[in-house]
Amino acid sequence: MSHNKMLQGITEILREYKSADDLEVTEETTFESLSLDSLDTVELVMMVEEKFSVTIEMAKGIKAVADLMSAIEKAE
Amino acid sequence: MLTDRTAVVTGASRGIGRAIALHLAREGADAALIYFAAAKQVSPEQLSPEQVAAEKVIAEVTSYGRRAKAYLCDVADFAWARDTCGQIMEDFGRVDILINNAGIVRDSLILKMSEADYDAVLDTNLKGAFNFSRHLSRALLKSPAGRIINISSVSGLTGNPGQANYSASKAGLIGLTKTLAKELASRRVTVNAIAPGLIATDMTANLEKSDQNAAEALKAGIPLKRIGQPEEVAALAAFLASDAAAYITGEVIRVDGGMCI
Repeated sequence: MSHNKMLQGITEILREYKSADDLEVTEETTFESLSLDSLDTVELVMMVEEKFSVTIEMAKGIKAVADLMSAIEKAE
Repeated sequence: MLTDRTAVVTGASRGIGRAIALHLAREGADAALIYFAAAKQVSPEQLSPEQVAAEKVIAEVTSYGRRAKAYLCDVADFAWARDTCGQIMEDFGRVDILINNAGIVRDSLILKMSEADYDAVLDTNLKGAFNFSRHLSRALLKSPAGRIINISSVSGLTGNPGQANYSASKAGLIGLTKTLAKELASRRVTVNAIAPGLIATDMTANLEKSDQNAAEALKAGIPLKRIGQPEEVAALAAFLASDAAAYITGEVIRVDGGMCI
């Protein structure tokens, strides 16, 4: 899957999750900067798993969008 | 009041689980009732005693004007529990209260306890609670007032000869309770345990039948000098499930007539 497509998918998930249609998301965006805690992160990972039909290894290192993208790549 | 909340109660066809399901329904909650029939069904037309019991609970919940549905599920089975929880979400659309109550006993002194009896008790009593908490945690996080109430036992607090498996499982539930309380607190989900003492259910009736002396000795050791009623446990569960108990979490409360003071 292309980087752009992945970023677009994650952006859609984050916008839905935060109920903010104009949320700006880049690879550098951290979950902390969006006021998302560890439970939010687990929920986001589960949403990503559903959207991309992958199973992501839940590592503690998933702190930013880029981490999520590499986790998806690893799972593919 | 628990109006429009949905409660999932495991082991809901009899004893403490049944009393809790009925009490929550009287307070306004809809009820998903989990029951299990260990014995094979005689024929498709003939309902098992557990099914008959579950149907009676449904009828009573319905008489309070609440929705109820029963689900056959072995709580010890991770995949079966997952599918059941998925079906509950489809049927009710939400879950606010989870009562992990399903429990079995296979008593024997450690010298003679079989591996199968140890595993069966741990799988139902402890893993069963994990399975349902695991599969419903996402739904509970979305509830405005999520509640998990684990039915432990005084046996898990003090130990009890002949119950190495049972007391280990019930003590394990207390650890599970405390960890989940910490993990889910940021979403206002509270997780508590109730530790009943000697309560009048089929489980204790069997004890009285099999060992009257032990049962009498147990009763004599209870300061309030009587066996408790399932409804007395259910009343506490209903309080813990209510908004009034929103600031209580990670707690273990005995309902034992003072047995373990």
